[in-house]
Amino acid sequence: MKKKTVQFKFVKEKTRIQHLISWLAPFLGLILVLVIFSLMPEVQDRFLRVANFKSVATQSVIVALGALGMTLIIISGGIDLSAASNIALSSVIVAFSINAGISPAVAIVFGILTGGLVGFVNGSLITSLRLVPFIVTLGMLGIARGVAKWIAGNQKIDAPLTWVNDLMARHPQPSWLLMAPGVWMMIILAVVMAVVLRYTVFGRHVFAVGSNEATARLCGIRTNRTKIVIYSVSGLFCGLSGVMQFSRLTVGDPTVAVGLELDIIAAVVIGGGSLSGGEGSILGSMVGVFIMSFLRNGSTMMGWPNYIQEIIIGAIIVVAVSLDQLRHRRQ
Amino acid sequence: MTQNQTSPPILQMKNIVKNFGATCAVDNVDFELKKGEVHALIGENGAGKSTLVKILSGALKADKGSMFLGDAPYSPSNPLDGRRRGVSMIYQELNLAPHLTVEENIMLGREVHSWFFVRQKEMRKKVKEALEFVNHPEISPDVPVKKLSIGARQVVEITRALMGRAAVLVMDEPTSSLSQEDSALLFQIIGKLKSQGVSVIYISHFLEEVQEVADSFTVLRDGKKVGSGKIKNVSLEELIRMMVGQKVDEMFPRIEHEVGDDMLKLKKLKGINMQAEVNLSLHRGEIVGLAGLIGAGRTELIRTIFGLDAVAKGFVKIANISTSKGSPSQRIREGMGYLSEDRQGEGLALSRSLVDNLTLSHFSPYSRLGFIALKKRKTAAHEWIQRMKIKARSPDQLVLGLSGGNQQKVALARLLHQEADILLLDEPTRGIDVASKSQIYEWIGELASKGKTILFVSSYFPELIGICDRIAVFHRGQLVDIKPYSQWTAQRIMAAATTGKAVEE
Repeated sequence: MKKKTVQFKFVKEKTRIQHLISWLAPFLGLILVLVIFSLMPEVQDRFLRVANFKSVATQSVIVALGALGMTLIIISGGIDLSAASNIALSSVIVAFSINAGISPAVAIVFGILTGGLVGFVNGSLITSLRLVPFIVTLGMLGIARGVAKWIAGNQKIDAPLTWVNDLMARHPQPSWLLMAPGVWMMIILAVVMAVVLRYTVFGRHVFAVGSNEATARLCGIRTNRTKIVIYSVSGLFCGLSGVMQFSRLTVGDPTVAVGLELDIIAAVVIGGGSLSGGEGSILGSMVGVFIMSFLRNGSTMMGWPNYIQEIIIGAIIVVAVSLDQLRHRRQ
Repeated sequence: MTQNQTSPPILQMKNIVKNFGATCAVDNVDFELKKGEVHALIGENGAGKSTLVKILSGALKADKGSMFLGDAPYSPSNPLDGRRRGVSMIYQELNLAPHLTVEENIMLGREVHSWFFVRQKEMRKKVKEALEFVNHPEISPDVPVKKLSIGARQVVEITRALMGRAAVLVMDEPTSSLSQEDSALLFQIIGKLKSQGVSVIYISHFLEEVQEVADSFTVLRDGKKVGSGKIKNVSLEELIRMMVGQKVDEMFPRIEHEVGDDMLKLKKLKGINMQAEVNLSLHRGEIVGLAGLIGAGRTELIRTIFGLDAVAKGFVKIANISTSKGSPSQRIREGMGYLSEDRQGEGLALSRSLVDNLTLSHFSPYSRLGFIALKKRKTAAHEWIQRMKIKARSPDQLVLGLSGGNQQKVALARLLHQEADILLLDEPTRGIDVASKSQIYEWIGELASKGKTILFVSSYFPELIGICDRIAVFHRGQLVDIKPYSQWTAQRIMAAATTGKAVEE
């Protein structure tokens, strides 16, 4: 045997500062948005106020909850176009249940489970029919929306006011909460999901399935089961998002949140999620959600019309993703 | 070696048979592997090596035969099952999850956890130990695999297999995309594995490397086992003879053609995917063969000539006009035609009709102001079908439904239809029937007699000797030797292709 061992010429490990920079990178866009509006003389006094930040946070809850689940799905290499329909269906279920005299707590559980069921069906169809997620969830986009309208009798369901409507209240009771319970829920769940993705076996398997499904299977991971769990969990988040939607509107509206799935996907993608799988983070997705919320908020304050906001957000998606790719290629 | 000669084999494969349709890929092969030995499996492309190890790994099921691992019967239902029994395949790079870190890849599917939470510290420690064991502590467990070189990825794969207590490792062409240095690293690891009692099946075309690393060998030819034994008892020449065998004399139509003046000249040409510069000049009415093993860099060369890969250095001269940079569309205008080796993936639009495929590279005769004269195009396609003897119901038939041979005729007809003067043909006869093959040989001869220049890539050496004027042999990206066909034999080509040395008389 030769004594001398040759070593691979090896990539340097990142230094502390490089670590910090790559950790901060997703925040840069958000900071940029905040700085720009803070410098606008027309709005700076109103924009940089705690009350405004609170209202932006409240407005973000619905998209953010959806994005938590969507992050899982996108990391695993999939997509869910039915998220917004699922939100609408779940919110209708909550309103319907409350109207039927069921206690609000149980109604909320029904709403969340409805979302989970839709996700479960998505995952099961994707794995058993071996169809691409795009097609299955495109179908579900129509089905869930249709079912929502059917249950609601093609109109809004008025439900009596209950404590459910306080979940998204701007001025929470009791006041020591400072922010609406929904916002707290969003924060806690985001932390939970970040921990799940990073420190659990399931989290690793989500990345593995998205990065190289064949390898994952070869290494003994039950990829189909993993996917079904991913879509079901994501469905549960849509269900909860639907509860928040109902809480905010105080009615069950089957036509609510049309097109919101694209906002949710955009948030994940702006936050560094890759549509080809294997990449993405909860922190990134949350930053993505807030970039869009603050843009909307700031533009509205500036009195810019809706279409300007749409153009800006569209441009941001393209710029954010291409910057992200550039960064990857340089590495 | 301390290995006892009479120690029982760790793996036995008996009378293995595998048919694909009418072709017999593996024909009654016996294979034995001892504990702690490196056993080379060698043979030409298509000799059945890959099929045999796929059966071993569980990716394919044998039609007949039995396998034993130790004393226990072994019939894996899928690669995962095989892996669990201790048989692991090491592929080149496809088998890792690129976004995951080294540690995550190695521990994938066997994470150490309490409840649902991974115990990362423990796993890191395990992975570090394993990497130290294979002498590569410099690979950090925390780096994403996509940032590693191919050689380092292979080490990660081997480490992963060892973590799963693999007793048999199958390495399929492990060095074909490695640098010399990385290959040396791999051989060190193999030595270490041997000393630990792990057995390695080593598939390679590179015979000198085999002589260095292997203890014993088995040669396959046309699906049959034609020899096996200790590597030290056999010479390079004997191995080559076993690989090539005594081929039945085939008839190759030699159509009279005259070699004219310069047509295509490559001067120190190096594409971005090529390993070395290539100098070559081709004449009008000349057929030049490019021989070599799969992965020898021939495809990369002709892709560079055709402008599919960017030129890094040097230039291409067509009819004495120098054109270093050129897109495929420019090359087509300059009279070049390219037949891809990947007929189904790249060469043809399978879900489109025959007429669409035929005319794809040359619309101008049928187009006016951007509109296509469909009728005229169809009539032309009819003529081509008859001329090329393509078996198709109509020009509108989808290429998908044609046989391999007829698909290849369509692909070739496209080059003729486009009236190319220089034809770059990459494995034009691979996977097609005998009748179509001999027709293709005939056309190539006819084209040369009309003064066209043909570059013919093939891994089947007798056909190159049969129809080419000159043959160039490639080894690991280098042009080893170029000589008139009369000075080559299949064995000489194989020797040059496997060793990289020009053979002297």
